[in-house]
Amino acid sequence: MEPILKVVHLTHIYGTGTPFERSAVEDMSFDVADGEFLGIIGHTGSGKSTLIQHLNGLLKPSSGQILLEGKDIWAEPKKIRDVRFRVGLVFQYPEYQLFEETVYKDIAFGPTNMGKTGDELDCCVREAARLVGIRDDQLEKSPFELSGGQKRRVALAGVLAMQPRVLILDEPTAGLDPAGRENLLANIRDYHRNKNGTVIMVSHSMEEVAQNVDRILVLKSARVLMQGTPKDVFCRADELLSAGLDVPQITRVAMALKERGLAVDPAVYTTEALERQLLTLRKGAAGC
Amino acid sequence: MSTILQTENLQYIYPAVEEGEGATVALRGVDLKIEKGSFVVILGHNGSGKSTLSKTFNAILLPSAGSVYVEGMNTDDEEHLLDIRRRVGMVFQNPDNQIVSNVVEEDVAFAPENLGVPTAEIRQRVDRALDAVGMVEFAQHAPHLLSGGQKQRIAIAGVIAMEPDCIVLDEATAMLDPTGRREVLSTAHWLNREKGITVVLITHHMNEAEDADRVIVMDDGKIAMDGAPKEVFVRVEELRSLGLTVPDTVDLLDRLRRDGLDLPLDALTVDACADAVAEALR
Repeated sequence: MEPILKVVHLTHIYGTGTPFERSAVEDMSFDVADGEFLGIIGHTGSGKSTLIQHLNGLLKPSSGQILLEGKDIWAEPKKIRDVRFRVGLVFQYPEYQLFEETVYKDIAFGPTNMGKTGDELDCCVREAARLVGIRDDQLEKSPFELSGGQKRRVALAGVLAMQPRVLILDEPTAGLDPAGRENLLANIRDYHRNKNGTVIMVSHSMEEVAQNVDRILVLKSARVLMQGTPKDVFCRADELLSAGLDVPQITRVAMALKERGLAVDPAVYTTEALERQLLTLRKGAAGC
Repeated sequence: MSTILQTENLQYIYPAVEEGEGATVALRGVDLKIEKGSFVVILGHNGSGKSTLSKTFNAILLPSAGSVYVEGMNTDDEEHLLDIRRRVGMVFQNPDNQIVSNVVEEDVAFAPENLGVPTAEIRQRVDRALDAVGMVEFAQHAPHLLSGGQKQRIAIAGVIAMEPDCIVLDEATAMLDPTGRREVLSTAHWLNREKGITVVLITHHMNEAEDADRVIVMDDGKIAMDGAPKEVFVRVEELRSLGLTVPDTVDLLDRLRRDGLDLPLDALTVDACADAVAEALR
């Protein structure tokens, strides 16, 4: 199947021709499959933000291409706005971007700009609100009356209401408490599963990435360091640590157990999985 | 040990924003004593009152009822206001909202300048503060070109230059990446250990509480739990019912205990957890 998004030899240089010239993205190539949940991790300054701003045409490549459904997004620069409707980007702390008088109007802003009106518009807004768990009676409230976690869900709904083909989230759970984090991730998982939506999530939390995504892209110093399933990536824990990244705490426990001579596979990133491994070890011991 | 911060039946009510709405009660009677030189972590879900509590520690918020004392001085007494602010420094979540100058060392000098410290001493304090957070080489840099973790360390240096007795970090690591978070945490621990500064750290990240002397869990404007990390984190069910999680190490130990293994729940760190599990399976 053709990938929905294809990044080909993407390079981006800031401040070309000035003393501050610096490449933030260097020769990155990767595919995103239709319906995939991709996680992006990387140290601050590794190029994550610069990369995702290319995926919906907010930044123009210095060289290389972004293909959306097989077509170069910059083939017709005048139609770049259309790309932004198809690739929805939710920035960090999106709740600071709410501005309308009511939750309903705020969510409706994107689809209205796409030219939707009447029942079609209403349908988009209500469906997006439902996806993130905003109740009907909250739609007529001012977004500023809501709690931080709810505001963030409204901001997410505003992007979902455009029904983008690809949804990109930049650290969606930063600053939320554990329950708020889990609620928001559940919304994203539901959207991914029920709508078969393609989701790209940038996160600093290795646990969050490990437990939610199909595949991980690891960036280091403006390049792709590795890509693969969470299992593939976290079994290279030493490389991750030397790239200034963390591995999930449970992976570190597994590594420490291996060092202590236990036959544990350290490529594990959930407590359930490590629990299962340890229980088979116990059974094995009892059988001897 | 002496008490640096004390609250007595502390209550705080946010007034209604619009007419016809109810006021929000954020603190419902908090009695707390924080020892001088200790490292205290405050946990709690959003809206539990932990940030409100921390803002009463240096008179940013004054109690609606009850009192707060900083080294015996009542925060309600305007006469002590400057002295209280000098002794208890705050670092907030967003580093970009706390930096006022275009040059790192000038930013760090901002507080002592306002306190009327003599110029020669300001120079010394700024150098010492930057040294304490490991940012000496950035003294002449522009803050906006630094990383989040570096900016947060500059904000901490700005507080240190006031030579406070206590630093309150209100979710100061929330916006940082893992490296930045480690930088800020290790700086806070170093200040506590080497300089004897009392640290109050408010966070959503359970594993930042592992090395604290004391963990306080807030819920619904009251103290729900209070004790050493090893005492608090073993109360797994209670923490979950308060909307919090436990460190993954404790979660693993809890699961294995249910599976019938003989394990302690209080092996919080990765190494302690691995030691305990290896021992039980041997």
